[in-house]
Amino acid sequence: MRTIIFRTIAPYLSALMVLFSVFVLLRGHNEPGGGFIGGLIAASALAIYGIACGVASVRRAIVFHPMGVSGFGLFMAALAGMLSFFKDQAFMTSQWLIFHVSDVEVALSTPLVFDIGVYLVVVGAIGSIALALEEREAD
Amino acid sequence: MTPALIDDTTLYAVLAPFAAAVVAPVLTRWFKHNAAWPLAIVPGLIFLHFTGFIGPVSHGETFVAAKAWAPSYGVNFSVYVDGLSTLFALLISGIGTFIILYAGGYLKGHPQQGRFFSFLFLFMGSMLGLVLGNNLISLFIFWELTSITSFLLIGFDNLRAASRRAALQALVVTGGGGLALLAGFILIISATGEIEMSVLLGSPDIIKDTGLYLPIFLLVLGGAFTKSAQFPFHFWLPNAMEAPTPVSAYLHSATMVKAGVYLLMRMHPLLGETALWTTVLPLFGGVTLIVGTLLAVRQTDLKLMLAYTTVASLGLLVMLVGTSHEKALEGAVLYLLAHSLFKGCLFMVAGTIDHEAGTRDITRLGGLRSAMPITFAAACLASLSMAGLPPFIGFVAKEVLYYGTWGWLELGLAVTVTAVIGNALMLVIAAAVAIKPFFGPKVETPKHAHEGPVLLFAGPVFLSVTGLGLALIAHTTGELFVGPTLSSLVGEFKQIDLHLWPTKINAPLILSLITIGLGVALFTQLDRLRSLVGAVLAAIGWGPDKGFDQFVCGIVGFSGWLTRKLQNGKMQTYMMLIFIFTAVAVLLPGFMTGSLPAWPKLPDYRFYEWGILFIAVLGLIAVLIAKTRLTAIVSLGIQGFAVALIFMMFGAPDLSFTQFMVETLSVVILALVMTRLNLSPSDHRPAPAAFLTGVVAVAVGLGLTLTLLAITQQPFDSRLSDFFAQYSRAIAHGRNIVNVIIVDFRGFDTLGEIAVVVLTGLCVLALIRVRTKPDKDGGMSDPGPSQPQKVEAS
Repeated sequence: MRTIIFRTIAPYLSALMVLFSVFVLLRGHNEPGGGFIGGLIAASALAIYGIACGVASVRRAIVFHPMGVSGFGLFMAALAGMLSFFKDQAFMTSQWLIFHVSDVEVALSTPLVFDIGVYLVVVGAIGSIALALEEREAD
Repeated sequence: MTPALIDDTTLYAVLAPFAAAVVAPVLTRWFKHNAAWPLAIVPGLIFLHFTGFIGPVSHGETFVAAKAWAPSYGVNFSVYVDGLSTLFALLISGIGTFIILYAGGYLKGHPQQGRFFSFLFLFMGSMLGLVLGNNLISLFIFWELTSITSFLLIGFDNLRAASRRAALQALVVTGGGGLALLAGFILIISATGEIEMSVLLGSPDIIKDTGLYLPIFLLVLGGAFTKSAQFPFHFWLPNAMEAPTPVSAYLHSATMVKAGVYLLMRMHPLLGETALWTTVLPLFGGVTLIVGTLLAVRQTDLKLMLAYTTVASLGLLVMLVGTSHEKALEGAVLYLLAHSLFKGCLFMVAGTIDHEAGTRDITRLGGLRSAMPITFAAACLASLSMAGLPPFIGFVAKEVLYYGTWGWLELGLAVTVTAVIGNALMLVIAAAVAIKPFFGPKVETPKHAHEGPVLLFAGPVFLSVTGLGLALIAHTTGELFVGPTLSSLVGEFKQIDLHLWPTKINAPLILSLITIGLGVALFTQLDRLRSLVGAVLAAIGWGPDKGFDQFVCGIVGFSGWLTRKLQNGKMQTYMMLIFIFTAVAVLLPGFMTGSLPAWPKLPDYRFYEWGILFIAVLGLIAVLIAKTRLTAIVSLGIQGFAVALIFMMFGAPDLSFTQFMVETLSVVILALVMTRLNLSPSDHRPAPAAFLTGVVAVAVGLGLTLTLLAITQQPFDSRLSDFFAQYSRAIAHGRNIVNVIIVDFRGFDTLGEIAVVVLTGLCVLALIRVRTKPDKDGGMSDPGPSQPQKVEAS
């Protein structure tokens, strides 16, 4: 598997995939995409990088343990739902903050935060499974 | 008469013990055992509060107070104060005061004394909530709380196996009965539409008219009989004597075990006076009375003797309530009052003897009267009341109950004879408890016996003197306590005229004399009687207690067997079972209801659509003929990609997108797993096993196909899709409906699902980290069961 071509291309490919996954995540509310798909793409990126360059370098690259990322995502998603408490509304009532930067409409919302949470959960969980399996392959 | 609404003070009186339970450990840390003094103020104040009701209630007034608890279900925390609940509340708080004091002396220096106080208070609050409970559901909750606190108290000495067993047994028996009671209450609520006891009592025939009388009767009886230790559920009560003595005196004689009797009394206007009631209750009550007294005679342990007579007394009470005869009911109320006083006292006496002399076996005790004069005096007074001798409340009770049973026409004679025998045996035990430890030559005891501190003798003295005092003012007792309680039982206002001394020679007096004569005669033959009962029991060789063990062992054995069958640690078995059940679940309804789909007509596809379908089928065939497992996995991927393409063509880009990613990752992860498990590259199963798997696979596939066809052949209900299409942009600010559903409309679902993803990740990680390799082909789970689920959700 670890041909020179694959090892050379893999870092760029992974970086592109992660970038693409963020793109898919952010466009999700209006176009096909979203946190779940984005998370799967990013997890694939981690898996490919792991196969090509070893699990150790992936772990170095993402700094945090993937399971921690996953847990943080869940925490973030739950927290996004709780923001509505401040306005005395039911759990997960969506809150929107829409403003304009010159001509572009920027919409920040709790569903977006929630979706980022989903993204992190999926990256972390699937990524950590893949990495753990690859790691055992190495030892 | 409709109940008057009162302020919330009574509600707080019920909750006060719970607050005391919180502060008790702190106070105990500060004042050691002397914390009992300040703590006893709480039940004392509650007692004072309820004395305020005595006057109005004796004039036939009733009161309610309520706070909303779960209003949408009609559940309120509400109390109903009438004669019956006032009597019980006074007993619980009054005896409770002395029990707290007694516990202070009895467990002096015990490291867990604070915890013990806490449990006692928790129980006290639960019991108050039970007897005052107006709302059926809150009544049930307090009913269960008494079972749970009883469990905690019996198992207080949790290092001993016997305590743990007794605690568990009590919980299983009373908790099981509690479930029956809950079912009964729910039936009452659904059949009558009423949830407040006071409303139900307002129209006494409401349950008898529903046609559900029989199931309601049986279920309520299930609760009452288990709680009040009626034969054949009596065995848990003597075993509960493993608890420290204050618990036995309080829960298992004076209060908790009376909860069943309370319930029967409370429900008497609603359920009583039917042929069923007046047959079943006297029968079980009578058997319990005789069995209880006989078993009591056999014991030599003071506490166990008292415990079995408690069983007997409960039987007597149930028997009397079962007659539905007004005079017998009056006897039941009086006996209930008398029993709480003398039995609570005698238990505390037994505890004091145990505490000071080091044993409570009557064959090893004797001559304690000079060493423990105050305890002796209290024991004498209480025993005389228990024996039913004048001038004690026990005597008054016995007179009235004989009057009632003798005057009851239907089964009066049988019930009277049972009552006489039971009371005679009760007298034997009373005499044994009072005479054996205190009279005769002084016997050397394990500890040097001497009088206990004031904390230990305050309770027995007060309770026994009360038993005497209430009899001396019999008329007032009847007016203030017995009359109002009787009014609750019969459902209309009654006033009674009670006398201590019989005014003329009549049947009850003669029956009393027979009882005393029989009792004295039996007492002289106590040792012979004891060995006789022992011999009979040995001959039978089986009892409900043993039966309980067999029952529990049976259940444990069965669960073990079932678990070993279903969870044998082999992945194939699990997957096989899951898929077989899936196949049955999707196939069976279609065949059973005859709702199989019609044969679909061939759709009009374009050639490239046929092409993709062809690729999918090709992938499947490749899976089947693949030489190695790796090839099969990759071929499965081909099939998956083809499906993703189909999604794409029919307008579900999100689904298709996700399917692509899931397929890719599945192939990668499966391949990684493959390399980690030392599987042989190809499948070497024998043909029959492979064939079985094939059959199950085809069945599942066929079932799902048929289900999908059946669903799509139904007319399409577009309400949901219309809703989402209409509001996705308008209120959720998103054009991608799928995503809006996932993160907004049904965000709560997603939150649950990502929690599952995290947990699955953790589990798989743990599984991979297991260093000891599981056997060749077991122990690895599907790396992400939540992924396909997610696809379906989208």
